[in-house]
Amino acid sequence: MKISYYPGCTLKLKAKNLELAALASLQALGIDVEEMDRWNCCGAVYSLTDDDLIHHIGPVRNLVRAKERGADKLVTLCSMCYNTLARANQLMKTDTVKRDTINRFMDDEIDYFGEVEVIHYLTLLEEQVGWDKIKEKVTAPLTDLKVAPYYGCTLQRPQDVGIEPMGSFRLMTGLLEAIGATVVPFNSADKCCGSYQVINAPAGDNDAAANVINAAASAGIEALATSCPLCEYNLGKQQDQFMAKGKITANVPTFYFTQLLAMALGVNPEVCHFELNDMKAVQLLEAKKFQVAA
Amino acid sequence: MTLPINAQNVSIVSIEKINKLSGENVKLCMQCGTCTAACPMAEEMDFFPRKVMHLSQFGMLSLMNDINTYWKCASCHSCSVRCPRGIDIAKVMEALRQLVLRTSKNYIEPSQMPAEQISELPQIAMVAGFRKLTS
Repeated sequence: MKISYYPGCTLKLKAKNLELAALASLQALGIDVEEMDRWNCCGAVYSLTDDDLIHHIGPVRNLVRAKERGADKLVTLCSMCYNTLARANQLMKTDTVKRDTINRFMDDEIDYFGEVEVIHYLTLLEEQVGWDKIKEKVTAPLTDLKVAPYYGCTLQRPQDVGIEPMGSFRLMTGLLEAIGATVVPFNSADKCCGSYQVINAPAGDNDAAANVINAAASAGIEALATSCPLCEYNLGKQQDQFMAKGKITANVPTFYFTQLLAMALGVNPEVCHFELNDMKAVQLLEAKKFQVAA
Repeated sequence: MTLPINAQNVSIVSIEKINKLSGENVKLCMQCGTCTAACPMAEEMDFFPRKVMHLSQFGMLSLMNDINTYWKCASCHSCSVRCPRGIDIAKVMEALRQLVLRTSKNYIEPSQMPAEQISELPQIAMVAGFRKLTS
């Protein structure tokens, strides 16, 4: 089976720590994925108006590229890319009228009928490796780290493309437990962080994100694990401003789940690029005596 | 606040426009308010989502011109997955945004964003935000 990998724009720039830790972990686990060539922006959000087909061209073109290369599956890491690509794929599979229009419009490309399966990295890990095998490969378990999976919106909604049913956080919980962390559930794991509204608000003026931090802190959570660069920004990088504005009283550092995985697998910590996280994240790891520098 | 329902602000054409753009039927809404209860942005909205659904049922676009509800929507689909009538409310909010954006009006001006903010934001924040808030 051939698995193509779609990185997306943010992973090559602001969220290198998400991507590089993920790829190093796959290497350590013996999984082969190939970054697709000539990928383009997925559009970040799925177009919700019924007559707007032009904005589906971006994600569909990526799916066409994957099909051309003979890929059975397309794996993504960024939650927003996952959502946009999976929804566009579902449209091409199920809506024959819109599919025909899009295929006719893209007459320079091969026709696409939703043949490639879009999956998230967490699904790939469960399907191709499994939590037991990951547990065996762990060399530096995250003992005593109280962490919660934070899914946000786009991994689970809408339900027909969600990586698992609403209210279930089985995949990331399974992974975090396998790498030795203590998983603490909390009631805001699928609450929105405010998403792109951050571009229309002064720094630190995001109650949706501050509410998530407060809920995590009061559940005794020390760190949040996410797969979305926008969640990481809204939750992880705004905490000084939230604190200054009195919106939160305690910090809860935010990590990409791939950084925690790579750390537990004993990958060179420089690959995790913790310097791209908020300083509080590094301080937490140091306080817990985890290795954050080579 | 009392909103008068009269021939000046009720528009069947507007109801049809909202339904056509969203692909939904706003008349299905039974005003239970589940959408408002589920909305993470509701506190910042001029009118709660339930009220915007009600105004949409009467096609009262003129009363929704200056409210921020659909601009504050983060398209998180919390409402859509919980609506007991099966309405994809996120699509209705998108339709309301598009009815404004398609008249070449921007809700935010990218050129006015501070350079420091632009250099810090992850790329997906800007791609997503500009697609939702600019024409």
